[in-house]
Amino acid sequence: MGVSRRGFTAASAAGGVLAASGLMRVSDAIAQGITPRRGGTLTTMLTPEPPILQIGVNNQGPTLIAASKIFQGLVKFSPTLEPLPELAQSWTISPDGKVYTFKLQPNVKFHDGTPMTADDVVFSVTKFHFELAPRARAIFSMIESAAAPDPHTVVFTLKQAFEPFLLMFDVTACAIVSKAAFDGRDYRQAPSVQHPIGTGPFRFAEWQRGNFIRLERFADYWKPNQPYLDAIIFRIVPDSQSRRLAMETGQTVLAHSNDIEPFDVPTLQAIPNLAVETKGWEYFSPLAWMEINHRAAPLNDVRVRRAISQAIDRSFITQRLWFGINKPATSPVASTTRFHDPAVKLPPYDPRAAMQLLDAAGLRPNAQGVRASIKHLVLPYGEVWARLGEYLRQSMRAVGIDLVLEATDAGSWARRIGAWEYETSINFVYQFGDPTLGVERTYVSSNIQKVTFTNTGGYANPKVDELFATARTSAAPAARAAAFSEVQKLLVDDVAQVWLMEMSFPTIYDRKLHNVITGGTGVNASFDDMFLAS
Amino acid sequence: MTEFWIRFARNRGAVVGLVILVLVAAMAVLAPVLFPRSPWDMAGAPFMPPGEMGMLLGSDSLGRDVAAGIAHGARISLMVGAVSTVASLGIGVSLGAIAGYAGGWVDDALMRFTEFFQTIPSFILAVLLVAIFSPSITSIVGAIAIVSWPPVARVVRAEFLSLRGREFVQAAECLGKSRLAIIIGDILPNALSPIVVLASLMVASAILLESALSFLGLGDPNLMTWGFLIGSGRSVIRLAWWMSVFPGVAIFLTVLALNLVGEGLSDALNPRLARGRA
Repeated sequence: MGVSRRGFTAASAAGGVLAASGLMRVSDAIAQGITPRRGGTLTTMLTPEPPILQIGVNNQGPTLIAASKIFQGLVKFSPTLEPLPELAQSWTISPDGKVYTFKLQPNVKFHDGTPMTADDVVFSVTKFHFELAPRARAIFSMIESAAAPDPHTVVFTLKQAFEPFLLMFDVTACAIVSKAAFDGRDYRQAPSVQHPIGTGPFRFAEWQRGNFIRLERFADYWKPNQPYLDAIIFRIVPDSQSRRLAMETGQTVLAHSNDIEPFDVPTLQAIPNLAVETKGWEYFSPLAWMEINHRAAPLNDVRVRRAISQAIDRSFITQRLWFGINKPATSPVASTTRFHDPAVKLPPYDPRAAMQLLDAAGLRPNAQGVRASIKHLVLPYGEVWARLGEYLRQSMRAVGIDLVLEATDAGSWARRIGAWEYETSINFVYQFGDPTLGVERTYVSSNIQKVTFTNTGGYANPKVDELFATARTSAAPAARAAAFSEVQKLLVDDVAQVWLMEMSFPTIYDRKLHNVITGGTGVNASFDDMFLAS
Repeated sequence: MTEFWIRFARNRGAVVGLVILVLVAAMAVLAPVLFPRSPWDMAGAPFMPPGEMGMLLGSDSLGRDVAAGIAHGARISLMVGAVSTVASLGIGVSLGAIAGYAGGWVDDALMRFTEFFQTIPSFILAVLLVAIFSPSITSIVGAIAIVSWPPVARVVRAEFLSLRGREFVQAAECLGKSRLAIIIGDILPNALSPIVVLASLMVASAILLESALSFLGLGDPNLMTWGFLIGSGRSVIRLAWWMSVFPGVAIFLTVLALNLVGEGLSDALNPRLARGRA
């Protein structure tokens, strides 16, 4: 959703709502049919500096962005989350949804020259990621058996059908590692953790801590004549204003994720040779909501929760605080996640209706016009989030709710959310493409735990539990879609959380750089088709 | 008293400072009249330059009136300055008086304790205290008071040391007055002039400290202050310079005024020093 420069500045100057018109095509380069050019170095940034580049040992955002050039998954994903071949040439799924058979690409070599075979895939799935990553373990524990009938075939038999299984084979969830490098060793201490070895188009070359990470072209890459770039340099620039300057002066030609603050985007958008893109987060689809603790009165009353939801102008938040990078939420399932039901709508912004709901809930204004006082733990992720807290306080004040802001630091925030010590806060989580993978955890009663990013709000509805269970075990996409539609309606009716916005992050790049955002994982792609036009 | 004012008025800067200070205080008192709505309310479109949509100093990223923020912020900034100064005077004067009057090991112990606080960089200690006790107006006032009392204690101690041996103190002792009565009734009034001058400067530094804390996001999130205004405007300074410039001017003028007044007070209270300078 790149917003055209002229449309953007005109709209901000007029103070009007930023229209979604004037969007640009994902990659004009492909449309214009420019022939890829070999050579050149991509200089980009990485914020903050990752501790290590071995996926599995560390799965944080910056690690994934750099290591996704070194490693690859069996599949990759289109913007609509269709699986596309990567290390797997093709795959078949048995009619009962239990047996997944992958045919691997021939001639794939690791950076140390050894061939990649089915054994490496089985090891990566059933041992490496299973033991290192909790998210992988939760899904891969459903595998009953993993077999390698020949060096280029892998067969996974599941204990039960699990339709979103393929989503776990992106490089960010399950990068294929070399069995020889890790088997029999402590995975976290193996030598290749410091010098990662993958099958990707770029291999690890140099890392000057606090300065830069350099990856260089892997000559034996399995796609002929690719990659086009000679090297990728990730500069570590800790200060956001220096990063903005680096983009303005052309010292770096690509900024992504959290590199550029939302309020700096309009400045960069005004520079003719830079393009701004907000696509490329469909696989992750972070959804932000006002986290409600259902245990705290009066928030246990659905009328109060609906009143809160109707008192918030979501388009103001997305346009004024996030400069059009985020979109208003319409459902608990982001519009870019599978099984989003476009028919589901949140109740509209209507402060008057909100006040009527509060009246009906028995919350009458006192002499100061205050109906209720509710605490709000501000998300300590920087100043845009602080502004959001202030906006919410004023929105609540307009309908008679006194929202008292509590400031905190990141560690205390996570602890207090995990310990249920809050009334309201802000939270956002990745949805990982499928409601079973990234939405279920927030709403099912079996996941009410004293752990951050579980159902910390304490929402419980047996019907919702049942529908999520049906969707989880059902092999047929149609049956899952029906269950998820029902779930979305129920959650919206119950106002299980006050959903605010579908988040994205701006990818800003020099227009001579082509094929920057091509898939649903954006800058987490391998960059084997990226090139610098002369 | 008139003599005091004449001496004070001889310092032109001090008069200017006093005028500014009175204006700022008037703005603080009249804020609810001038801007009846909450300074947090969105009064118009965001990022409006000064003068647009009836907002004299423009609007910020949420469409809040910067002028309303400055007026209401004056209340908090002045209140924080005054309350934390009173609190630190309370600590500093009592410790300094005890140390100076008692002398001996009591003096030694109290001064080592004071030095302990003086060796820690005061701003870092304030940040630490506010972060530990979570940002709120009480923790901020408390933190400012805790980091700013040591100079008071030292000044008061020095005054007490020199006054302690004077004849009028000995006379009071011979009359059988209690120690407390001597400290409060006899010595303290004579030590007051440096304390008054110091206090006026401490108000200025307390306002600066509070602004710096708010700027770093360690302010009370429910209170509008000048530091908060600058902090929230800093990131969009290229888009809306007025968001940080005007509150900055407010802080600058207030702190300058307090310093000028402090100097005027010093001249008025120590006529001989002032004449020497002139």
